[in-house]
Amino acid sequence: MRYIPNSPDERRSMLESIGYERIEQLFEQIPENVRSTEPLGIGPPVSEPDLLAYFRELASTNATDFQSFLGAGAYSHHIPVVIDPLISRSEFFTAYTPYQPELSQGTLQYIFEFQTMICQLTGMEVANASMYDGSTALSEAVLMASRVTRRNKFIIADSVHPQYREVVDAYTHNLGFEIDLVRCGQTGPLDLNSVRAGKDTAAIIVQSPNFFGCVEDLKAIADAAHEQGALLIVAVAEAMSFGALRSPGACGADIVVAEGQSFGIPLSYGGPYVGLFATLEKYIRQIPGRLVGETRDSNGRRGYVLTLSTREQHIRREKATSNICTNQGLFALMATIYLATMGRRGVQEVARQNLQKAHYAAEEIAKLDGFGLKFAAPFFNEFVVRTPERASEVARRLLDKKILGGIALETYYPELKDSLLVCVTEVAKREAIDRLVSALAG
Amino acid sequence: MANTPEELSYTKDHEWVRTKGEQATVGITDHAQQQLGDVVYVELPKVGDKFESGEPFGSVESVKAVSEIYMPLSGTVVEVNSTLNDAPEKVNEDPYGDGWMVVVQLGNASEVDALLTAAEYEDYIKEEASE
Amino acid sequence: MDNSRIKKVSTHIVQNEGLLFEESRPGRVGYSISPLDVPERKDEDLIDAKFLRDDDLEGMPELSEVDVIRHFTRISTWNYGVDTGMYPLGSCTMKYNPRLNEKLARIEGFAGLHPLTPAPHAQGALRVIYRLEECLAKITGLAAVTLQPAAGAQGEFTGIRMIRACLSERGNPRKRVLIPDSAHGTNPASAIICGYDVETVPSNSEGGTDLEALRAMMSEDVAALMLTNPNTLGKFEKNIEEVCRIVHDKGGFVYMDGANMNALVGVTRPGDFGIDVMHMNLHKTFSTPHGGGGPGAGPVAVTPTLEPYLPFPRVFKAERGDLDLDFDRPKSVGRVRAYMGNFGVLVRALGYILTHGDPGLKEATQTAVLNANYIMENLKDVYDIPYPGPVMHEVVFSDKRQMKYGVKNADIAKRLIDYGFYPPTMSFPLIVPGALMVEPTETESREELDLFIDAMKSISEEASEDAEILKHAPYSTKVGRLDEVTAARKPVLRWRPKSGDDKQRAETA
Repeated sequence: MRYIPNSPDERRSMLESIGYERIEQLFEQIPENVRSTEPLGIGPPVSEPDLLAYFRELASTNATDFQSFLGAGAYSHHIPVVIDPLISRSEFFTAYTPYQPELSQGTLQYIFEFQTMICQLTGMEVANASMYDGSTALSEAVLMASRVTRRNKFIIADSVHPQYREVVDAYTHNLGFEIDLVRCGQTGPLDLNSVRAGKDTAAIIVQSPNFFGCVEDLKAIADAAHEQGALLIVAVAEAMSFGALRSPGACGADIVVAEGQSFGIPLSYGGPYVGLFATLEKYIRQIPGRLVGETRDSNGRRGYVLTLSTREQHIRREKATSNICTNQGLFALMATIYLATMGRRGVQEVARQNLQKAHYAAEEIAKLDGFGLKFAAPFFNEFVVRTPERASEVARRLLDKKILGGIALETYYPELKDSLLVCVTEVAKREAIDRLVSALAG
Repeated sequence: MANTPEELSYTKDHEWVRTKGEQATVGITDHAQQQLGDVVYVELPKVGDKFESGEPFGSVESVKAVSEIYMPLSGTVVEVNSTLNDAPEKVNEDPYGDGWMVVVQLGNASEVDALLTAAEYEDYIKEEASE
Repeated sequence: MDNSRIKKVSTHIVQNEGLLFEESRPGRVGYSISPLDVPERKDEDLIDAKFLRDDDLEGMPELSEVDVIRHFTRISTWNYGVDTGMYPLGSCTMKYNPRLNEKLARIEGFAGLHPLTPAPHAQGALRVIYRLEECLAKITGLAAVTLQPAAGAQGEFTGIRMIRACLSERGNPRKRVLIPDSAHGTNPASAIICGYDVETVPSNSEGGTDLEALRAMMSEDVAALMLTNPNTLGKFEKNIEEVCRIVHDKGGFVYMDGANMNALVGVTRPGDFGIDVMHMNLHKTFSTPHGGGGPGAGPVAVTPTLEPYLPFPRVFKAERGDLDLDFDRPKSVGRVRAYMGNFGVLVRALGYILTHGDPGLKEATQTAVLNANYIMENLKDVYDIPYPGPVMHEVVFSDKRQMKYGVKNADIAKRLIDYGFYPPTMSFPLIVPGALMVEPTETESREELDLFIDAMKSISEEASEDAEILKHAPYSTKVGRLDEVTAARKPVLRWRPKSGDDKQRAETA
């Protein structure tokens, strides 16, 4: 096998050097009756050229040459070319979790930089070294809010990404939590009058911009939560919005989670992405996952270590703040390089382009006969189009023109049959937007 | 060798107790802090919290270990050493003094009799070490 | 100190580099985007100003492209990876990460595919998923596989959730999960989120499950036994069939932590020895890169009994042979992660499996086990082995013999860094005090293994000659031993501008 350096002769001689004649003897600790006698049935080895050809053929049947206006938690943004060569450095991508800090300062330093920039973007005080994705980060936030408040009732807007809500359900299903869903399909943003928070509420959970693209009035929701001693958890599916919108931290959020895919990470059919998790300093002992901290060595040189590890499963086992071990290290690096490359100016400029282009598209579509915008609320780069016929039909027709025109919301909200969720980012050229508009017109 | 003051009472979970009337001050022993190493965080209950004897009331953390601390006597917490938040090293430096953890209003003062004397505790440590 | 015994490495210049924020200079630009091509409006005309950011992202770095390239290249050299050399972290299976699989995951038809692309236009991606599920079912000898879990721990959570769902449907979810004392810390942490209490099963003198203890603990209150096989001592559970029988007799399930599957692929199948549900770590056994802590993927394989409870959606073959997604799974435990899991990791793992084929997968397992035994036999006279005898893919030594010079496992590990190796695992198994868990994997050459053996022997000699050398190691790295106590007592978890920086910025602005 080509990835085994030692030749069969070398292996035989190693085997003999330790007193065995046949390799099978090393497997005698496995009861004979459960040792496999048949091959696995996967087939013969495939060569490098044949494997490349096979996967290219598979990939060619995926619609990546379509003009896409899909968002809903996964966004098309330009990925600076410097990211791939940098993450492909062996020292980064073939390293393990930085348990030995003396040999892992590269990893530890970029995580420290990542934590810092996530704090700056979210307006929060501390951030961890990453979660799997936005949906699991939100689930961990719910578990943390319950630990912090010692309450287990939650209020969640149904304008939180439907798949995130499903994951929250899976994580809390066996813990006796009560989760009240607030319907937002008619209002767009959360209507605080329909929120019944009380002294037993652990947290109010919203997404902003929400699944319909609407920007939530986080300040007002934070006040409503805090009045009851509850936390405000804000989920952000489109992290690029941090570049334009007031940060959740500045609005009073207690825990902010986000999907970091927009920061230089390919769509890749849904993953790997990177979950962002930030909160207030007073809760550091309750944070799930890894944290990197700054310290010094015996010669006074600055260095970084994994810290506050007693929260984690490898030490606290069943009392850990989370079961997470492997996280998304390399994808946190991608986000770090993205944010370093774009920088303070670039992140804001890209965000601004998203805002401008999405509003251009929304206005052009709204001018079409029978079309309109479903909600009047402010939005960033995603908005719901009211369609003259069933939105799923509209989307299907666009496919014939090689346009992925949006998500028919009926899939998740059965009552919203005339609603198409459209996303426009900086990568959509004006001609492409105009083509979408004329395709919608018929 | 660990220091074990004569005038205090002890538990097999390595807490010490100083009783004064109906109240008792509780901390962890010199032996316990030596075993743990550098203490980095102490988690303590709130004033007003009630505990049965033997119930965990907090935890002491070093870099790579966590130990629960158990209430030697039933009662209500009336005072908590909040200086340990910023200076957990006091548990290492002065376990029987500045490193105290809580003061408890005793629910059943007779429980004190069941605690170990300094000599009994020292024997117990030796026994544990030889196992 | 005599460093002439160090053969694998010499010291080399290391570049210094500050934090991004310290390297930042106002006005530097490293990005390139197309000019705005729609009529420009004032942001305030589009969104109420109260919703707009007003801090100008103060503190975020401003860097040129060259600055960025140098920054990350420099800090990367402070790391050690599998491509640098042997990385014998036990239980982590640090094997070579084939470049071919990196190439596959980056093919635009995969990398550029939106997760909500309608199934008819995502056939290639669905075929990757379908085929990988098939392969993993064959490798485990189980009926069905979900690829949704993002990592091993999430796989554990998914598997135990499924057990609970099945037991609940039978009328009683039960109360407890049994976990051996040699288990990974994720096992108890995962069982807890599923609403179970955890009880510890002791190991016997050979490091296997204590059958008598298991029999005594097993009852109709026990939902599952979570077992790692081979266990964290590198030993195959000899009585595995009996263990499974004890659990099954009381109506419980056996969950297998498949972290150590690199010892079994092609040699035996967990489904054949009684396992009901298990996860695999694609970033271990199937060579997808660890990436400094992730991403991984933790597929879960199950028996037909548990199949209805798998997370949705499921990929299935529709009529014309096309693949489609099935959301109508009434018994499903739901969704554990958005979209279809860590798809890019799945592509790489399928590349690995197909490259190897049947003979290659078996050969990889055999070689991994050979290499572990080769190390054990060559070091057994120097280092204590608390559970002796042949091992599978990894071997656990202890620092017992070196302790008489006051040298602990951590000192040996730190000195190994100076010899040019990443240290072994030390944090578990908890049943071995001073553990040094070594997993070489199949992708190490004999020369590298011999250098490791030499280094370990030399370090043991150093321990007896001058223990102080080891207690202050490493000497060759950019930083020495770091003060973890202060890091935890006074956590500094992010950079902040010094008060002087603010002033300076205000003046230059």
